[in-house]
Amino acid sequence: MASLALVRTAGAKAITFAVIAGFATFAAFPFAWMLITSFKQTSDLVDPTHNPFVFHKPPTLEHLRILFFHTQFARFAANTLFVGVTVVVITLLLAVPAGYSLARLTGPTGEKLGIAIFFTYLVPSTILFIPMSRIISTLGLQDSLWSLVLVYPTFTVPFSTWLLMGFFKVIPRDLEEAAMIDGLSRFGAFLKVIVPVSIAGIFTVIIFTLTLVMQEFVYALTFISGASRFTISVGVPTVLVRGDVYFWGSLMAGCFIASVPIAILYNFFVDRFIAGFTVGSVKG
Amino acid sequence: MSTAAETALRARARARRSGVADDEARLGRLMLAPAVIYIVALVGLPFTLALLYSVSNVTVGSTGFRIVGIENFRSAIENPTFIRALRNTLVFALISQALVLILATTLALALQKNFRGKWFVRLLILLPWVAPISLGTIGWLWILEPIYSVINWTLRSIGIFGPNTWPIWLGQPRLAMASVITVHVWRLLPLATIILLGGLSSIPQDIHDAAAIDGANFWRHHFQITVPLIKPILLVALMFGLIFAVTDMIVIYVLTRGGPYDQTQVLATLAFFTGIDGGDLAAGAAIALFLFPVLAAGAIVLLRLARRSEVV
Repeated sequence: MASLALVRTAGAKAITFAVIAGFATFAAFPFAWMLITSFKQTSDLVDPTHNPFVFHKPPTLEHLRILFFHTQFARFAANTLFVGVTVVVITLLLAVPAGYSLARLTGPTGEKLGIAIFFTYLVPSTILFIPMSRIISTLGLQDSLWSLVLVYPTFTVPFSTWLLMGFFKVIPRDLEEAAMIDGLSRFGAFLKVIVPVSIAGIFTVIIFTLTLVMQEFVYALTFISGASRFTISVGVPTVLVRGDVYFWGSLMAGCFIASVPIAILYNFFVDRFIAGFTVGSVKG
Repeated sequence: MSTAAETALRARARARRSGVADDEARLGRLMLAPAVIYIVALVGLPFTLALLYSVSNVTVGSTGFRIVGIENFRSAIENPTFIRALRNTLVFALISQALVLILATTLALALQKNFRGKWFVRLLILLPWVAPISLGTIGWLWILEPIYSVINWTLRSIGIFGPNTWPIWLGQPRLAMASVITVHVWRLLPLATIILLGGLSSIPQDIHDAAAIDGANFWRHHFQITVPLIKPILLVALMFGLIFAVTDMIVIYVLTRGGPYDQTQVLATLAFFTGIDGGDLAAGAAIALFLFPVLAAGAIVLLRLARRSEVV
C-alpha cells in the first residue's frame, strides 16, 4: 500500500512538472524565438531547409546594428520614454490626492465614487478612439506626442486612483492624527507623512503606468501619422515591417528589447495589480 | 497619552487653523476634483460623443453634422461584413475564453505548491501579458510565417506533415481564425492564471484536509470543493478575459488585418477600418458601440462582487 501511495505521489509530481513545463514553454517560446532570431544571419533565417533551432552560421550582431543605426527604433524608444515619463507625472499628480481623498476624506460616498472611477478604466479605447480623434484634431494636437500625453491618463488615472485608495486605506489613521497633533494640517500630514510611507504604492503606480504606455496601440495608431513620432508599440509593427519584406532579425531584436525588461520589472509588483483587478476579493 | 488629553490637543490644533487644509469635506472634494474633472472631460465627453456620432452623419472631413437617427445601425446590420465581424467577435471571444478558463485552472492548480525557481516560472508565464501586445504578436507573425514557420519545420521533421504540406496559417480562413484565437489565449492566459492562483490560495487548508480524509479523489475534490469555492474568482477572470478579448483589435490588426476576406474581421477592427482608415466616423462609432453590451455586463458583475466583498 505504502509503495502504491509513493508511486501515486511521484506520478502526481511528474504530471505537475510536465504541466508547468508545457505552459512555461508556450508562454515564453515567442520571446525565446525573438532572441534566437535576433542573432542569426539572414541567409540562415531564410533557408527553409535549415533546422531553425540551430545556428548554421556564426551568430551576428548585424541586426542590432541595423536596428539602432538604420531604423528609427531609438527614436521610437525616446518617444515612448518621453510620453511615459510625462504620463507618470500627470498620473501621480491626479491619482495620489484622489486616492487619498477617497480613502480618508469622502466617507461612504467615496466608496461608490471609487468604484465609478474604476469602471472608467474598463471603457475600452476601441469605443472612444473615434470621437477622441475628433477632439484631438479640434485641439490641433494631431500627429503630436502631446495628443498621447493628453489621452493616456484616461486609462492610467482610474486604475491608479483605485490602487492607491486601497493602499492608503491600510495605513493606520494614528499616523496622520499624531502628525496633526504635532501641528500639521490635514493636507500637511498627507504630504509629509502619508506620501513618504506610501512610496511602495507610488512605485507600483509608476510601473503600472509605464507598462500601459508601452502597451498602448490604438490611440497612437489613430492620432500619429509621422513615423518619427511613433511610439515603440506602433512604430515597430508599422515602420519596421516594410512592405512585404520583413527584416526579421532586426524586427525580432526590437520586439525582444522592448518587451522583456519591462516584464521583469512588472513581475515584482504583480500581486498588487491583481489585488486591484479583483476589487480586493482575492487576497494574494 | 490619555484619550481625553489627546482629544483636547486635537481640538486646539483644529481651532488654530480652520482653513481648507483642515476642513475634511472641502479638502476631500478639492483633492478629488482634478481627477474627476479629467475623467469627465476625457472619458465622459468622448463617450457621449460616441453615442452622438453613432446617430449622426459625421465624417472626418465634415465640419457640422446632422442627426440621422438609427440609420447607421440599420446600415451596419444590413452590411454582410458587419454581420461576419459580429459573429467572428462572438466566436473568437467565447472559444478563446473557454480555453483560457480551462487552461488557467489547470495551470493554477499545478502552480499551487511551492517549488524552487517558482518566481522564474511565474516570470515566464507572465511575459505574454506584460510585454506590449503588438510586439508579442509580431513574434507570432514570425512563428506563423508561411515559408519559414518553425511550426511547419518541426511538424515536417517529425513526420506529421508530408514534404509538400505548406499550411498558410494566417491566409487560410479556418487556420487564420485558429491562429488568432491561439495568440489571444496565449496573451490572456497569464492574467486568468494569476487571478485564479490568488483565489486558490484563499481556500483554507482545513477544507482540503477534510476532503482528503473523506477520501475524495482528485476530480471530486476539484469539481465539488475547489471549483465552487473559487467560483466568484473564476467569474472575475472570465469577465476581464471577455472584456479584453471583445474589445481588442491589436492581435488581429497585426496578424491578419481582418483577412483573408474579412474571415477574421471583428467589431473592433472593423470600427477602426471604417471610422479611421475609411473616414466615416459615424459608421465607425455605430459599429464600436455594439461592444457596449459586453462592457455593461462586465460592470454589473464587478459591482455585485464589490458589494459582496464589502459585506464580508
